[in-house]
Amino acid sequence: MPETLVPALLELEQAYEEAQADPAFARELDGWLRELCGRPTPLYRADRLAEACGNPRVRLYLKREDLNHTGAHKINNALGQVLLARRMGKGRVVAETGAGQHGVATATAAAALGLECVVYMGAEDVRRQSLNVFRMELLGARVHSVDAGSRTLKDAINEALRDWVTNVADTSYVIGSVVGPHPYPRMVRDFQSVIGRETRAQVLEKEGRLPDVLVACVGGGSNAMGLFHPFVDDPQVAMVGVEAGGTGLDTGHHAASLAAGSPGVLHGSLTYLLQDDDGQVRVAHSVSAGLDYPGVGPEHAWLKETGRARYETVTDAEALEAFQLLARCEGIIPALESAHALAYLRRLLPELEPGSIVVVCLSGRGDKDVAEVRRLLQEQEVPAS
Amino acid sequence: MNRLAAGAPGAAAAAANRLDQALAARLGRGQAALLIYITAGFPDLDVTRRLIPELFAAGADVIELGLPFSDPLADGPTIQRASHLALQRGVRVADVLDVARDARRRGVDGALVLMSYANPLLARGLLQEPRRLAEAGFDGLIVPDVPSLESASWEAACASAGLHWIPFLTPTSPEEQVRRVGAVEGGFIYCVSVTGVTGARSRLPETVADLLGRVRAHSRRPVAVGFGVSGPEAARELARHADGVIVGSALLDRMEAAAGAGLDPVAAAAEFTAAVRKAMDDR
Repeated sequence: MPETLVPALLELEQAYEEAQADPAFARELDGWLRELCGRPTPLYRADRLAEACGNPRVRLYLKREDLNHTGAHKINNALGQVLLARRMGKGRVVAETGAGQHGVATATAAAALGLECVVYMGAEDVRRQSLNVFRMELLGARVHSVDAGSRTLKDAINEALRDWVTNVADTSYVIGSVVGPHPYPRMVRDFQSVIGRETRAQVLEKEGRLPDVLVACVGGGSNAMGLFHPFVDDPQVAMVGVEAGGTGLDTGHHAASLAAGSPGVLHGSLTYLLQDDDGQVRVAHSVSAGLDYPGVGPEHAWLKETGRARYETVTDAEALEAFQLLARCEGIIPALESAHALAYLRRLLPELEPGSIVVVCLSGRGDKDVAEVRRLLQEQEVPAS
Repeated sequence: MNRLAAGAPGAAAAAANRLDQALAARLGRGQAALLIYITAGFPDLDVTRRLIPELFAAGADVIELGLPFSDPLADGPTIQRASHLALQRGVRVADVLDVARDARRRGVDGALVLMSYANPLLARGLLQEPRRLAEAGFDGLIVPDVPSLESASWEAACASAGLHWIPFLTPTSPEEQVRRVGAVEGGFIYCVSVTGVTGARSRLPETVADLLGRVRAHSRRPVAVGFGVSGPEAARELARHADGVIVGSALLDRMEAAAGAGLDPVAAAAEFTAAVRKAMDDR
């Protein structure tokens, strides 16, 4: 990280530690999560999906983060960080966004808490997710299209950091995933852990025991970390992160940093990166803009290296299929990101014993992806007809 | 890593080298040093090779050779564009080392400092083995995304390789850090004039003088100011307060404009360097 930001990061770390130790902060955050987000989110039993994935005797649950206000898990973290920014006396927040979900969540939290909000978004993503740009603007945020570099999420992070370096006195940076310099990966993990804490209580109530397998998609990895973290010390609970395999690992067009990357430093973290042998960061590819990041949260790198979690990949095509499958089986249109986790169930479920309990994080809803999916499906149909 | 050497103020200094000689020579004449940043491979490697002797001849005391990186998050639009273009043209880490080696082979004995983000250095093992940078002909290393909180082990490795680790101080740097950095000897301190990224600015904030005063109170090392130096006038003003002035983006802007107009970017860069030098000496 640039020298200029070090005092700001130390200040943030201290403010976060004080907030954590203050029960009033937790009460206030819980209040916003309940009243604005609609938490707790349900743990939904998906029997028809289990059957379609080849094992009707698995007890399959979806953690319904798609039912959060703004349509994804991102709001859990955005509210926590914006609340912290206000507590620190900052009047302005900046954020990066890929698919637009974190940008919308931050704009929402900033509007509700009365802070100015600026969102950086890669020009390529602005094009792909134009409706989300308008949503952010409706919520009072200013959206800057980033033309530098690959014009996607990593470049939006670079630009948000540049803004923060420049306006560090009155501005807080609200990062959207478990990435970036300390204390961000830990702080975002903590704010997202509400997913895993609720899941734990809900599954104990419904089943009387802990789940056998947790499954979540991993781009930066915040929904996965939020689900996994409260179970890390329960060795009987297996954890599987699903990365975006794009058009296939062998094609080079993917976002699977853990499966196909190597250790390196980006955005203040030492973690797995997609990079060339010169340490230049590669452009990630995924059908889902939210997984399109060439790094991954450093704690996922640690879970992988210690073997506590395992990481798999599914391709764009598999994710598209799962997107449609969930809609037809359960009446739920998932986000393309979450569809990666769902796609993996076709491989996982047939291997499991009857009575196994599986929880999948349905990290977001698919409304934002409907137009893109229609375009992709029409493309697929053209050569077939 | 020698933790004692890294942690103890003043202990991690490299032996004096070309960088110290260049700065001492200029300062000894009662003038401020001119440090010029260029992005290696912008607009191509041939231009970079030609630039090095020309810029020294035009009055540069130190050349900071920037290794292009895919994610230059401390840099403004000019250096972002230059880096992007250099990478698109296929510039590799090995090429940048070759540029330095080539300059030394041709007898260039001015001070060369490598400026690179951490990841390319780590990927090629150069942060781990800075001796290879010294052997290529560099006298110092600037890593804009490694703050002093995390630099102790690299600093020590550089020192034993005879390479100066150039620390940053910024308007946000706390007093104890100013003291720590000031206690090391050799090379120079890179003072960031603004809270912000690199790039020419029409006006520099008045806080520069405050920061320089704070640094001066704790250090005998030369202090160079960079970020936002737009041209001869700004350099003249800064030369009154600082031991050195760092110019980068403003020079790359001139080169870009010259190339766009079908002119020789090397000549444009040399002319601009000479103009800045002259303004600094006329203070």
